[in-house]
Amino acid sequence: MAIPSYATRGERIWHYLFLFICGLVFLFLIGPLLVIIPLSFNAEPYFTFSKKMVAFDPAGYSLRWYQDFFTSSEWLNAIKNSFIIGIASTLLATVLGTVAALGLSSRHMPARGAIMALLISPMIVPLIISAAAMFFFFSKVNLAQTYVGVILAHTALGIPFVVITVTATLSSFDTTLIRAAHSLGANPTRTFFKVVLPLVTPGVVSGALFAFITSFDEVVVVLFIAGPEQRTMPIQMWSGIREQISPTILAVATMLVLLSMLLLTTLELLRRRSERLRGLSPD
Amino acid sequence: MKAIIRKRVLKTGIAVVGLSTLAVAVSAHAQQTLNIVSWGGAYSMSQHEAYDKPWMEKTGDEIVNIDRSGNALAGLRAQSQAGNVTWDLVDMLPADAMIACAEGLIEPLDHDELLADAPDGTPPSEDFVDGALGDCFVASIVYSNIVAFNSEMFPEDDQPSTIEDVFDLENYPGKRALLRKPINNMEWALIADGVERDEVYAMLETEEGVQRAFDKLDTIKDEVIWWEEGAQPPQLLADQEVAFASAYNGRIFNAMVTEDQPFEIIWDAQVFELDGWVVPTGKLDKVKDYLHFATDTQRLADQAQYISYGPARLSSSELVSTHAETGIEMTPHMPTYEPNFETALQKDDLFWADYNDELTQRFNAWLSQ
Amino acid sequence: MSEPPAAPLTTADGVPLKVSLRRTVRRSKIKALLLVAPLLAFLFIAFLMPLFEMLWRSVDNPEVSTHLSRTVSALEGWNGESLPDEATFAALAEDLREGQQERNLGLLSSRLNYEKSGMRSTISRTARRVGTLEPPYRESLIEVNNTWGELDTWKLIQREASPYTISYYLAAVDLQLSPDGEIVQVPEHMQIHATLFWRTLWMSAVITGLTLLLGFPVAFLLASLPARHSNLLMILVLLPFWTSLLVRTTTWIAILQSQGVLNDVMVALGVIADEARWQMIHNKMGTIIAMTHILLPFMILPLYSVMKTIPPSYMRAARSLGGKPFLSFRRVYFPLTIPGIAAGGILVFILSIGYYITPALVGGQSGRFITNYIAYHMQTSLNWGLAAAIASILLFVVIICYLVFNRLIGVDKVKLG
Repeated sequence: MAIPSYATRGERIWHYLFLFICGLVFLFLIGPLLVIIPLSFNAEPYFTFSKKMVAFDPAGYSLRWYQDFFTSSEWLNAIKNSFIIGIASTLLATVLGTVAALGLSSRHMPARGAIMALLISPMIVPLIISAAAMFFFFSKVNLAQTYVGVILAHTALGIPFVVITVTATLSSFDTTLIRAAHSLGANPTRTFFKVVLPLVTPGVVSGALFAFITSFDEVVVVLFIAGPEQRTMPIQMWSGIREQISPTILAVATMLVLLSMLLLTTLELLRRRSERLRGLSPD
Repeated sequence: MKAIIRKRVLKTGIAVVGLSTLAVAVSAHAQQTLNIVSWGGAYSMSQHEAYDKPWMEKTGDEIVNIDRSGNALAGLRAQSQAGNVTWDLVDMLPADAMIACAEGLIEPLDHDELLADAPDGTPPSEDFVDGALGDCFVASIVYSNIVAFNSEMFPEDDQPSTIEDVFDLENYPGKRALLRKPINNMEWALIADGVERDEVYAMLETEEGVQRAFDKLDTIKDEVIWWEEGAQPPQLLADQEVAFASAYNGRIFNAMVTEDQPFEIIWDAQVFELDGWVVPTGKLDKVKDYLHFATDTQRLADQAQYISYGPARLSSSELVSTHAETGIEMTPHMPTYEPNFETALQKDDLFWADYNDELTQRFNAWLSQ
Repeated sequence: MSEPPAAPLTTADGVPLKVSLRRTVRRSKIKALLLVAPLLAFLFIAFLMPLFEMLWRSVDNPEVSTHLSRTVSALEGWNGESLPDEATFAALAEDLREGQQERNLGLLSSRLNYEKSGMRSTISRTARRVGTLEPPYRESLIEVNNTWGELDTWKLIQREASPYTISYYLAAVDLQLSPDGEIVQVPEHMQIHATLFWRTLWMSAVITGLTLLLGFPVAFLLASLPARHSNLLMILVLLPFWTSLLVRTTTWIAILQSQGVLNDVMVALGVIADEARWQMIHNKMGTIIAMTHILLPFMILPLYSVMKTIPPSYMRAARSLGGKPFLSFRRVYFPLTIPGIAAGGILVFILSIGYYITPALVGGQSGRFITNYIAYHMQTSLNWGLAAAIASILLFVVIICYLVFNRLIGVDKVKLG
């Protein structure tokens, strides 16, 4: 944002002040995440920078909390559970959500607004309410404290994300392409796989990523409906934070920040690919 | 080449599977997995050392420890409602056991038939301390709620020693960490305010008594940090975030002897209570051998080597020896040790069964004012 | 113009075009519905049924009518002016005797104890001795426990005999039924839930306001930069958005606690004394700071997408027409961003009033939300009816906000990432 040449002095000061404020907000957004990364390499069991760390003395740093993590059967088991539940619920949510999004983007879909509002509601209803409600109902039908119960719950929570991203992709989808494919002699199956799917895939994948991260990060519902066998990573973190934050939690936190960077990059690449495929190149 | 390797791997795999099925078949008579719910931390560790290890050695059973005693009643209700009870044995407080028993969630126990006699032949009903055997409950330990302090935070010649001192901000300044529940705090407030120990619960049944307790708590409210997990008080004391902390005596003991923390326990007005086993409905046959073993005289005495909770059997007291790790004498650290016990108050479970709902709501309202 | 105008247009196989079109439309309607049907069915079972179950729980009141069925029918027609007759007392003795045998008096005594403290031990003590009691039961029951001699006890049983109750909803807003059945406020020193509802609402409003204050300049900057730069800065907004909620809460604990990074830095710089470390966490401030951070991206993203659609030429035009910068911003640009403010504002507010994890971890005592009490009644006090009632009220508030949001913005406009 360049300053126009006709700006007065006061406006220039205001402009730099504005940039400074924005800088502070960005610092507020990202700073906390950056602070914990060095802390997780602390050789001492504290959450603050020791004198040795500040002096960049290598003795002040260590990998012991990472070692703690990778040698703890509790944490490893929690990771395993998080992946089992995350992957299963993502698959289910993606399939159900994508199929529904195909229907929703049809021009003839009746009561579209109402149905959409309903499908998105698991994202809006506070988790604690969903968790309490699922606890009551799942206990009644013998699904509480089972993997199936947790997976179904997380599927419900992930569905809005899939529906939103896939319908968004489909709404910008040029339907004349389908007709073009038909007129060029492709049958519907071939059209779907050769034309529709490649264009929709980025939306489906990013929806799936959202669904996965939702499950992977979810505490409240698991806290209420899971049994000790379904202990996931967020639950492990939650109970750790409540008692006392050991630096092991900061090590886990650091790894999760790296994971989110990875996911973010993937999404950005997907977005670019989808824009390129649709002929809308960025910039 | 690859195919050959895979084949070989497969073969060995089959051989291993074959062997292990054989092994299972040989010892199949009793081997099972027991899901035992307890409190976690140092307490579960003491149970593991004293009961589980010898039991697993003896029978080959596998024991899975689940740290859910804090929410045991909710868990039992949920499981029984779901018709899928996965817990085999639960460590809980007698007050919760009373409720669970009345709801039919846990088995009534015939103590003399199920439990081991003392070595001299005394039947369990006479060997356990008063109140240790409930309709559905068998206590294993006597533990105590005490207030501890960090001795480094007070001058050497003027260390606090009574419960009044905890409420005395003038002479003993500093933050206090207290449990975020009315239990214990109400009793201590009244005792510190001059109420006789044996009148505490009668007073708390009256509006004036409750008001008096809250008025007393009001005097220190601004200096209180409220804790919720048993691991917090020793941590807060060690970090010197607080000068005093209410806690379970065993946790403070562990920090004192194994971590060398400069903590002291104020035994004055300790509120002692029992803790022990209940059996979820339908699980009695599965766990009765373990229960018989884990509550016998020797096992309860053994547990006292790992944590400073008093055994609930009279016959175990004589066998209490030294701390397994440091070798210090355990007896003076027990809540039931005579000098510690002089001004002790027994928690009134019936009172709390009736008034916990009401007083907790009032307590929460008081906190958020 | 020689063709007869009356003949309708037909398709190749002779069906009138109108009919054929209608048929096609109907077919694609059915096709669309069939595609959505599996998901609707799934959500009905895994999400809506649980919510219905919860609503039902908040009024369900089976305890007295099932476990004291004889007493309840004996009490029919009782006028409430003097103690019930001997037959009623005998019915009570019989009910308690059976309950003691079946060991199912627990839920009953918990239920009555919510309404009248002391009922739990009254029932358990009486039930334990009821096997040995002799008629006349009126005298012997009162002798066991004189609670049975109080009129209010019997009024309570008569009142709670109904299979549905509103008392959980009353308790959820700090009201109760007096023994005579009037709705009254609970004593002041017992009021907690209404306070928490208000606190949740006003703190969420503060958080929404703060996110707007911090998010607006950033969104403005992002929208006015060329895409190359804004994409880069956007990552700074999206990274926290994608990072685990627990991680973000943990970082604030590490930063704000009294032995934390910020206090240490302040002490090291000599700004504050070591004894006078700031208490920034485990209070309202902790909740507000952490939640503002967590919810900020939810404000920035909708604002950004609205601002992106405002052509920069508008501002230039306003300036060239002689508007002072501030005036042209306020009169031209700002009104155009209002849809974004509304979208972001409602979104942040809805998410905020439902937050549980962050207030529980950094809110201490004064920074707790009503959601923390739902969890408390679910897991600790085990008063599930009350938990369901509080949750239902909160759900109602959220649904209202959601409908407003849907009306103003439309859920199908929601974008992610």
